[in-house]
Amino acid sequence: MTAPTTERTELIHGLYTEGEPIVDTKAPAGPIEQRWSKRKFEAALVNPANRRKLSVIIVGTGLAGGAAAATLGEAGYHVKSFCYQDSPRRAHSIAAQGGINAAKNYKEDGDSVFRLFYDTVKGGDYRSRESNVYRLAEVSANIIDQCVAQGVPFAREYGGLLDNRSFGGVQVSRTFYARGQTGQQLLIGAYQALERQVAAGTVEMFARHEMLELVVVDGKARGIIARDLVTGEVETHLADAVVLASGGYGNVFYLSTNAMGSNVTATWRAHRKGAYFGNPCYTQIHPTCIPVSGEHQSKLTLMSESLRNDGRIWVPKKAEDCEKDPREIPEEDRDYYLERIYPSFGNLVPRDIASRQAKNVCDEGRGVGPKVGDFRRGVYLDFTDALKRMSAEAVAEKYGNLLDMYQRITGENPYEVPMRIYPAVHYTMGGLWVDYDLQSSIPGLFVAGEANFSDHGANRLGASALMQGLADGYFVLPNTIRDYLAKGPFEALEESHPSVVEAKAAVDARVAKFLSINGDRSVDSFHKELGNIMWEYCGMERSEEGLLKAIDLIRGLRDEFWRNVKVLGAADTLNQSLEKAGRVADFLELGELMCIDALHRRESCGGHFRAESQTEDGEALRHDDEYAYVAAWEWGGDSGAPVLHKEDLVYEFVEMKQRSYK
Amino acid sequence: MNLTLKIWRQAGPRAQGEMVTYPVTDISEDMSFLEMLDVLNEQLNARGEEPIAFDSDCREGICGMCGLMISGQAHGPEVTTTCQLHMRSFKDGDEITVEPWRADAFPVIKDLVVDRSSFDRIIQAGGFISANTGSAPEAHSVPVPKPKADRSFMAAACIGCGACVAACPNASGMLFMGAKITHLGELPQGQPERDARVVSMVSTHDHEGFGGCTNVGACADACPKEIPLDVINQLNKDLRRALMHGE
Ligand SMILES: Cc1cc2nc3c(=O)[nH]c(=O)nc-3n(C[C@H](O)[C@H](O)[C@H](O)COP(=O)(O)OP(=O)(O)OC[C@H]3O[C@@H](n4cnc5c(N)ncnc54)[C@H](O)[C@@H]3O)c2cc1C
Ligand code: SF4
Ligand code: FES
Repeated sequence: MTAPTTERTELIHGLYTEGEPIVDTKAPAGPIEQRWSKRKFEAALVNPANRRKLSVIIVGTGLAGGAAAATLGEAGYHVKSFCYQDSPRRAHSIAAQGGINAAKNYKEDGDSVFRLFYDTVKGGDYRSRESNVYRLAEVSANIIDQCVAQGVPFAREYGGLLDNRSFGGVQVSRTFYARGQTGQQLLIGAYQALERQVAAGTVEMFARHEMLELVVVDGKARGIIARDLVTGEVETHLADAVVLASGGYGNVFYLSTNAMGSNVTATWRAHRKGAYFGNPCYTQIHPTCIPVSGEHQSKLTLMSESLRNDGRIWVPKKAEDCEKDPREIPEEDRDYYLERIYPSFGNLVPRDIASRQAKNVCDEGRGVGPKVGDFRRGVYLDFTDALKRMSAEAVAEKYGNLLDMYQRITGENPYEVPMRIYPAVHYTMGGLWVDYDLQSSIPGLFVAGEANFSDHGANRLGASALMQGLADGYFVLPNTIRDYLAKGPFEALEESHPSVVEAKAAVDARVAKFLSINGDRSVDSFHKELGNIMWEYCGMERSEEGLLKAIDLIRGLRDEFWRNVKVLGAADTLNQSLEKAGRVADFLELGELMCIDALHRRESCGGHFRAESQTEDGEALRHDDEYAYVAAWEWGGDSGAPVLHKEDLVYEFVEMKQRSYK
Repeated sequence: MNLTLKIWRQAGPRAQGEMVTYPVTDISEDMSFLEMLDVLNEQLNARGEEPIAFDSDCREGICGMCGLMISGQAHGPEVTTTCQLHMRSFKDGDEITVEPWRADAFPVIKDLVVDRSSFDRIIQAGGFISANTGSAPEAHSVPVPKPKADRSFMAAACIGCGACVAACPNASGMLFMGAKITHLGELPQGQPERDARVVSMVSTHDHEGFGGCTNVGACADACPKEIPLDVINQLNKDLRRALMHGE
């Protein structure tokens, strides 16, 4: 089957318009190994004596923002750092479990910068930029050195050297880890470096502050409007440049593995001010999460996919066995479907494939666990064989904390009963469009970490987000932003400048609006409904019909939100309902853009699976001739349609192939 | 199950607080404690009463943002964080009191939300290794013996939740601080600043209004990450050593 290319084009065109293509991404030309060195060399320098006079606002204290703030502080710039949690140490990077990739080749198993680059491009289903991905692979080794020097306690072998494991769909061992707490340990390293700069006076920390607007003056990003979440005061912060490192927007689905406060507000507000949004529909659904247990569910919990190294995934062959105790289902009645369909990768196929196959077997009526709607949504992840092969102690040593967590949440003992897992929204490859310098389409606005549309194309491989966050924060951004700052200090700016006043007034008005609607429905009820729409129509499988329906539903819901939401309490105090209202209002706009992006991309690639574009045996079918581009969306105004700018992806070093994991 | 909750309500930092009783019905045992509070908040909102403010973010026991005194126990009856406590730990008809962390160094902001920025200031005082970006040597140039690496890792598991302080009759922050001293002090990279670190952190700790340690051990019992009491011994040893060195 191939996608119908002309049918309904007109209708889709009503939903968006097309603008000028993006021709220059500022990546240097020449041999790929030399591009990053060349860019660093060409980037202008800033005299150390001038750095103190240059100020940078950094929104976010996760791996990307925390690392950038510490590094720019060390270099002597005046940094203002923001996070919505009570401490920068709590950014959601803390939750990453599995590990971080680096091309150290400590195992002598044939790894190299080029192989990491190659795997990442392939894993991203040929929808990322070669120059960026190569740079990522290149600086990966420096990240490990940096973290070890800071005291990050990575797992070590008996000889005292660092241990590695293989992770998520690759065949070399290049993943560094700290038991199931890699993200926590890396983040604490960055956090401590950040606090050291706070003590040194180079970084000013604003915790419990939420950015609600970007300040753009004469076409340049010059500050933010943030609400102090404790006092409710709406504050203006001005600077020479602004960095957004505010994380991903997976919470548009309501249920996801993200933290409760993860939001799109920082990037969405910038989008509305002119920053292009890249590939919003590329979302990653992670195959190994604990299934939904009921209506009350507030978030989903990831179980590291390292479990797939030793656990085997299966469902009953016959639907009538689905209610049985799994231990009573004999071997011959079990379908180890990943091992069956993908004999060479088996349970280790990439995330998008593992997730979609789980959905398929559940759609066939062979899911297990409680019914959610008409279907059981769960598959078994079984450690029985591993327990026989390795002993319970060895399993506990490797996976103990994950298995304990599972037991705590579900009340079931995974050493006795196979675990149940189901895919959940986990990561967003899309984000604000940036050039090679990580600069958005607004001069002076830089975007780092999961918040940018990043280096992962249409699908991210395991252990590569931590790598990208730290690469951006420690090594890339500090080098590229200096080229911009070297043009400063920029014109002094007063809070009374009309563009600044207007930005602040807009935030004040929005806060007042939320509190005055006084309707009948809670913010959460809108968020849940939006999440259901997104999951149903813009989740693991998308179709033209479904997406069109979703757009209508979202528009209706957004309309109702602004008429009927109920936010109690006051503006001048801690008010968590008010915080949520602002986030959900932005998700209601983002959701529509995600559906439009998914609708316009009539191919399947990575995490984006279009029902109309699949091979005969149901695998994703790309259309490189038509869609080998980044979709960068420009805000079209409250009543206008978004404008699509295409950035063509050129592959000079890797040959584009249909991915095959059979 | 049906439960009676007695929850601390306080409108703001300087406001007078009080315990307010809320019955909740039809609570499923698969809910987490915070999901149970979400349900209550939805009901309050529908009735036009302001929802109860409480902190949480990751809801998977790792960010350290949540933390409630549940019937007098920090994070409740299990060895875990409040967000990972599930309602199957309670039974029908239970009466549960819910209060914020109580400590001079953690002033209440609103309802169940407290200000723990004093912990950040303890870290600013020396809870780091000074290694500017780009200055690091090759990672394998300094091997770390596995027992030391493992002990460092064990201490680094602290999530900065503050339960140790809330559980301590003296509201001491020694377990939190000892965990950081041990994490960094076990590593070769942490040696150059070891003396200065402990002196400076301890002085900030005392200045922030945390109490002294009298070896009660309530902190380690409450710690969701099972940080052991011996990190406090380590801290005291390091402090004596530093003072001997003339720091
Ligand atoms: C459960 C889980 C497990 C994972 N495991 C792995 C893994 O094993 N390996 C891997 O490579 N990747 C993993 N990932 C992905 C990876 O952790 C993230 O992509 C990455 O950490 C994101 O880092 P970040 O710095 O971009 O953003 P975050 O760490 O999410 O930080 C966002 C920051 O922005 C701030 N912020 C957000 N909005 C605002 C606002 N409006 N105003 C002010 N501040 C704001 C927040 O306070 C926070 O400080 C995992 C992700 C999850 C959810
Ligand atoms: S030592 Fe334990 S109780 Fe204290 S802050 Fe750390 S994790 Fe929390
Ligand atoms: S909410 Fe993160 S530890 Fe409980």
